[in-house]
Amino acid sequence: MTKPLHIGFIPLIDAAALIVAVDKGFTEAEGLDVSLVREVSWSNVRDKLNIGLFDAAHLLAPVAIASSLGLGHIKVPIVAPFNLSLNGNAITVSSALHAAIMAELDGDRFDPMATALALSRVVATRRKNGAEPLTFGMTFPFSTHNYQLRFWMATGGIDPDEDVRLVVLPPPYMVESIASGQIDGFCVGAPWNSIAVDRGVGQILHFASDILARAAEKVLAIRQDWSEKNPEPVAALVRAASRAAEFVERSKNRAEVARILARPEYVGVDADVILRTLEGRLKISADGTVREISRYLLVGREGAPRPDPVQAAWLYAQMVRWGQAAISSEALTTATAVFRPDLYDAALRIRGEAHRDGPDSVRAFAGPAFDPADLGGYLTSFKVSRRLP
Amino acid sequence: MGAESSPKIAIVDESPIRAAILEEGLREAGFTDVVRISEMQSLLSRIYALDPDVIVIDLENPSRDILEQMFQVSRAVRRPIAMFVDQSDAASIQASVDAGVSAYIVDGLKKERLKPILDLCISRFNAFSKLQDELDRTKSALEDRKVIDRAKGILMKLKGLSEEEAYVLLRSTAMREKKKIGEIAQSILTASELLK
Repeated sequence: MTKPLHIGFIPLIDAAALIVAVDKGFTEAEGLDVSLVREVSWSNVRDKLNIGLFDAAHLLAPVAIASSLGLGHIKVPIVAPFNLSLNGNAITVSSALHAAIMAELDGDRFDPMATALALSRVVATRRKNGAEPLTFGMTFPFSTHNYQLRFWMATGGIDPDEDVRLVVLPPPYMVESIASGQIDGFCVGAPWNSIAVDRGVGQILHFASDILARAAEKVLAIRQDWSEKNPEPVAALVRAASRAAEFVERSKNRAEVARILARPEYVGVDADVILRTLEGRLKISADGTVREISRYLLVGREGAPRPDPVQAAWLYAQMVRWGQAAISSEALTTATAVFRPDLYDAALRIRGEAHRDGPDSVRAFAGPAFDPADLGGYLTSFKVSRRLP
Repeated sequence: MGAESSPKIAIVDESPIRAAILEEGLREAGFTDVVRISEMQSLLSRIYALDPDVIVIDLENPSRDILEQMFQVSRAVRRPIAMFVDQSDAASIQASVDAGVSAYIVDGLKKERLKPILDLCISRFNAFSKLQDELDRTKSALEDRKVIDRAKGILMKLKGLSEEEAYVLLRSTAMREKKKIGEIAQSILTASELLK
């Protein structure tokens, strides 16, 4: 047994691979002694990882990149040898906003282009009537939730910094805030969208996978210096997480996984709600309408666990588009180097490039194909943006 | 804010006792402009309205993520806010995270002016945890006394002992088994419950 490892996590379904790895004894089988530490904010997870109170963490992929670039906080290089999840977010809107969007909708209600244009008409009408701008909640400035909301809205011609308000809210406060009318919608991970629907205060408008086919969501984050000094524990963690990710995806295990995650020391919500998420079969409105999409949340399928540097480049591109980072080839190199498929392959003794995606693994619903080699050109094609001067 | 005036400090803490201890400490140290926020609803707009120079928040508070948004350029921000820490302040972060507190500074306030404020917050937070530990210990001591009284009663009844004899028996057993008197008393209670 090596010395005890402390790993931080936020109570969300997409921590499944990490929680199952520890709870089912997969980390122990790898000779690791892991204590999971439940946290209340991403800022805490980041800070405790950065100063060494945590050896590893369940972390928002963009936070790992921002930390490596020194954006918004001190610069601490982070590596991600394992991708804990792809996708898994959804956009939920209040019943009132849902009705307003549907009234303006020209096209399929699951087509993000149609809903974005409808939303933009709702926004224009509100402005004409002197109404307050719509307010949307998301989980962190450096989050896929922020970028997914912005990408979607901006495609409809909405300037997310001018025409609406985007506010950070801790996920457990989202449901309450939409119920009290403080916000009109939000983008958040599971289980919070389902909880809003169950409570009858909102409807799921989009799965984030409607907007981006594949989006790196949470990573297993480790400080670069620690990972260099401790290659064996890092490899052992990757193997345990990989075994857990496969376990989570086997349909015969899903009920057990849901029961584990439901426990109060982990996510602490109803096992039934968790099961719906794992199956990608979500109730999207209080009337019981169910929408099923197999790629709603990917944990151990379709090559999800292998870190994909193209995803890191896309996230960096969003930081540039929305004025969080300046554009430079050095920063792009730093950002892509956070995602470490080499560490993943070495741990699992994979030769060559398994699960190789095409050049554009993100596949957004709009805009040109993403090309990390031409970041500037890619970004110029978007009309709405807030690039730094 | 004038160069000599006291900076305006906002304390964001859902624990009213800890916030009061912190406020008192700051006032004693000569920081007279202190506001406590315990209501997390629309936190950001309250902070904008208050316009503080320093914001102190406890780390158990999920609303810490809300404050991170203030570093982002947005039309809602009246003046940019930056966390006081930079590359040179890793030791400060360590001390504050250990104590369970985090501080943010508004652009314009000199960094050296924050240092005494943060040091004070750290020591008050540590003092509060100590107080909490003591409270917990007192509580468990009280709990122990109740358990010991009940165990004495059982021994007195079953073995026809006086109260003093019952206590001596408990104490000598605890010494022999190298356990606390409270633990021996608890096992008597458990056994008597089982044998009922």
